[in-house]
Amino acid sequence: MTPEEQEALKRARRGRNVALGLVLAALVALFYAITWAKIAG
Amino acid sequence: MTVLAMPTAAASTTLPSEWRDYFALTKPRVMSLVVFTGLCGLLAAPGHINPVLGFTAVLCIALGAGGAGALNQWWEADLDARMKRTAKRPLPGGRMERTNARDFGIALSVASVLIMGLAVNWLAAIILAISILYYAVVYTIWLKPRTPQNIVIGGGAGAFPPLIGWVAVTGHITWMPVLLFAIIFMWTPPHFWALALFVQSDYAKAGIPMLPVVAGQAATRRQILAYAIVLFAVSLAPWWIGGVGAIYGVAAVALSALFVALCIPVALRRSAEGDRMKPEKRLFGYSVLYLFALFAALVADRLILGQGLAA
Repeated sequence: MTPEEQEALKRARRGRNVALGLVLAALVALFYAITWAKIAG
Repeated sequence: MTVLAMPTAAASTTLPSEWRDYFALTKPRVMSLVVFTGLCGLLAAPGHINPVLGFTAVLCIALGAGGAGALNQWWEADLDARMKRTAKRPLPGGRMERTNARDFGIALSVASVLIMGLAVNWLAAIILAISILYYAVVYTIWLKPRTPQNIVIGGGAGAFPPLIGWVAVTGHITWMPVLLFAIIFMWTPPHFWALALFVQSDYAKAGIPMLPVVAGQAATRRQILAYAIVLFAVSLAPWWIGGVGAIYGVAAVALSALFVALCIPVALRRSAEGDRMKPEKRLFGYSVLYLFALFAALVADRLILGQGLAA
């Protein structure tokens, strides 16, 4: 693997990890909101 | 003609997949129509749903559609590689392992159904599960490679979102959401066949038995008009049964009449080599606008006239 390919791989992995982190945070917020909506309803 | 897209050899991966590739797997352009019609079904339904749960229902519809889209691309990677329109997707483009697309599709599908069931209601979750299986299995794996009627029956998959949105609010099925299902069901064939007429060579190259490839242009053009006429009647049915008011009724008459009017030149003409297919492209473009406008009228009717009867 060339240095350019390694860099591309690293960049792609970092992007995926950030996206996954954001999705997980959004899920936490969603479940929190759903719980409140259920309790209130 | 039978050509099966078997998920045998994975495309050789040359580039690392980015988050954009996973997003592309969900077919975001198709998803926009799915989300819109699902949201309209939810807003037009009689009754009330907590906004958070309503948002969750629409999110689950979107996730389910995305999961089904990913499974579709997993199964059809070989076919996609043979068509110009789809050759740059993540799998034929060599930017993702095939198993990753499959696992991503399954995860999205399962998560959407579970969240819908736990947060909203289980009838909506069951219909969502049926719609995912319908698209990923009945349409993608079974019908599409086998019959030129693939679009007709497979169109049912895209017709589920307003039904799911409606059931998310009411918890039960009545005539109105079934008619919303029927509208999209009858709209799908002329919409896709208009597209198939001007990308015919692509479908033929991939061996997909779309109607223009198998039955020829003349038969396809006749059927486009026939479905548009039936769609005209079906689109008015919610008004006839008293489920909606005059805003929807007038919009449905005007929009559907224009749909039929645009189908007539498509039905009457024959295209030759090098034809720019303007009437077909115009019909395809209008068909997308038609569905958006018709469902927007449905919601406007409910919000302004406050009808939304559980007919």
